Amino acid sequence: MTSVAISDLSLSFGPVEVLKSLNLEVEEGEFVVLLGPSGCGKSTLLNCIAGLLDVTAGQIFIDGKNVTWEEPKDRGIGMVFQSYALYPQMSVEKNLSFGLRVAGLPKNEIIERVSRAAEILQIEPLLKRKPGALSGGQRQRVAIGRALVRDVNVFLFDEPLSNLDAKLRTDLRVELKRLHQRLGNTMIYVTHDQIEALTLADRIAIMKDGLIQQFDSPSNIYNNPHNRFVAGFIGSPGMNFLQGALVSEAGQWFFNAEGLRVPLSDYRFVHPPQEGQAVEFGLRPEHIVVGDASTTQPVTMQVDTELVEPMGADTVLWTNVAGHALTIRTDSESNVKTGDNINIGFNTARVSIFSENGERV
Amino acid sequence: MDNTLSNTALTEPHGPRPKRLISTRNIVLYGFLIVAALYWLLPLYVMIITSLKGLPEIRMGNVFSPPVEITFAPWAKAWDSACTGLYCEGLKVGFWNSVKILIPSTIISITIASVNGYALSFWRFKGSEIFFTILLFGAFIPYQVMLYPLVIILRELHLFSSLGGVVLIHTIFGMPILTLLFRNYFASVPEELFKAARVDGAGFWRIFLQIMLPMSLPIFVVAIILQVTGIWNDFLFGIIYAGTHNFPMTVQLNNIVNSTQGVKEYNVNMAATLLTGLLPLIVYFISGKLFVRGIAAGAVKG
Ligand SMILES: Nc1ncnc2c1ncn2[C@@H]1O[C@H](COP(=O)(O)OP(=O)(O)OP(=O)(O)O)[C@@H](O)[C@H]1O
Ligand SMILES: [Mg+2]
Repeated sequence: MTSVAISDLSLSFGPVEVLKSLNLEVEEGEFVVLLGPSGCGKSTLLNCIAGLLDVTAGQIFIDGKNVTWEEPKDRGIGMVFQSYALYPQMSVEKNLSFGLRVAGLPKNEIIERVSRAAEILQIEPLLKRKPGALSGGQRQRVAIGRALVRDVNVFLFDEPLSNLDAKLRTDLRVELKRLHQRLGNTMIYVTHDQIEALTLADRIAIMKDGLIQQFDSPSNIYNNPHNRFVAGFIGSPGMNFLQGALVSEAGQWFFNAEGLRVPLSDYRFVHPPQEGQAVEFGLRPEHIVVGDASTTQPVTMQVDTELVEPMGADTVLWTNVAGHALTIRTDSESNVKTGDNINIGFNTARVSIFSENGERV
Repeated sequence: MDNTLSNTALTEPHGPRPKRLISTRNIVLYGFLIVAALYWLLPLYVMIITSLKGLPEIRMGNVFSPPVEITFAPWAKAWDSACTGLYCEGLKVGFWNSVKILIPSTIISITIASVNGYALSFWRFKGSEIFFTILLFGAFIPYQVMLYPLVIILRELHLFSSLGGVVLIHTIFGMPILTLLFRNYFASVPEELFKAARVDGAGFWRIFLQIMLPMSLPIFVVAIILQVTGIWNDFLFGIIYAGTHNFPMTVQLNNIVNSTQGVKEYNVNMAATLLTGLLPLIVYFISGKLFVRGIAAGAVKG
């Protein structure tokens, strides 16, 4: 069943069009991550779903009900903000129960829900404190608790972890995933962080300039990016892009670039290629095999190492092949040194080729 | 001296940097500050000692010498029986008039302005920016331009020469600066807090009363100080709009000091002036710290 459906949603701030006829369908119990560069409209979209912004055009459905004109409290959503947004003058307990008191719930029901949320999030010892006396991680837990007590089907998160340090972020990320498994709610989660997106999401929506570029499972987003933007946005270090053209010879397609010729025997074209078509050839740094193992790969070549960056778990090599820059990610065991000429290999089944307008070929 | 010098030369600097209390810089600095303080305090000193002297002693002319015989009679007279124009009932009438003007004006103007500021920063409506601009513009129109039109307006409202009239005037003239103060304060409150409250189902008044009010104490203190001192010190509106029966303390003080009949009672005049200035002085003394903190918290940020 569809939990949140957004159809042809547009939103403008005066002359600035932030969301452009956007469509999105989120299944019940799904964890969806909105990922995109700063200013692409992620928070705006979330605020529209929450009812905190009036839409310019389009409709929003939550649990099959058209909520386009509903007040936030009537939409059956809970929201968690980046800055926690806890009420500074209220104790944690009062923070959690505020919404319930506004709704006029009976006292024992309020106590029950607050203590349940506190137990789930392990914030029972903090209930009497003010937010000012909590650490960042504790504050964010309370903020999540405030959404939890509302007993709603849809949770909205706007970069909830980005104010926390790296370690805490990882911990809370795992906790969030557990929470999702335990509650089974629909969750829509905005983040800048690719790792968060790839680890948490059932499906990721990549946004750019107020449009969804691709809405797909993390593995599809990573392995089969639909366009050049998605390909370049996901992955670190970013995908290598080589400029060139497609040529065919004896029924076999090749990618041709200056001083380079790659047979595309294993590449699955989504659109029929054209002779001489100008394309960009995308290859992930981690899909390149280095050293002896490279001989088993369908495509092999030799590259010059220009820079070696050890990163602990793995090593990034900045190399050059026939004037094209190529970044390679290899494990830290490899003893490649600056200036080495090394053998590399890869499989064209794992590359992505984009036409001039950015679409996958 | 030589000894310590060679010692410091030998040992590297360590621990807290030694502070020298008596240096040329400090002497100049504190010297200047003391002279400046004396300069400003001297008139106050003269006022206080004069108000405690009898008239014969004042006539001897030693302005700076302390009273030989301390008397509180001038204070009693200033409060109870000095002549303000036709009546000789002292300043107490004016004091109570001022209180009657001050309390409603302060409460009403701050209440309205705080709601205004809150609405303007969180509940933007169509034209709210224009509304705010107009309000700000109001702060820059010279009072003189509006004096007479307001006389007519109050007359038409049957509020001229009444307490209600002068309260209304104070409320109107306090509005631009107070609204600006509150708007800027609320603009510094994170918008996500407001959004969270909306998701929790709170409406306009509940968000204001239960979330915004508790966290805006400092700015209310600033507003109260501004209004209390401003309204208490007001002379112009009081003399024009309040009517003879409601003249505030400042107007009556003027009537006492400038009365042309009889001998000039300098001691009574000094006592009356001190009495009139007492309230703002007290306010400044007890709230100086809060005032600075509140100004820093909200008024400066735009
Ligand atoms: N109140 C507003 N008035 C005008 N423009 C706005 C307003 N709020 C947001 N915008 C613009 O809308 C665009 C999208 O903003 P939004 O906050 O949704 O971005 P975002 O994707 O959440 O970015 P970030 O990752 O930095 O949070 C931005 O270009 C922003 O400048
Ligand atoms: Mg955002």
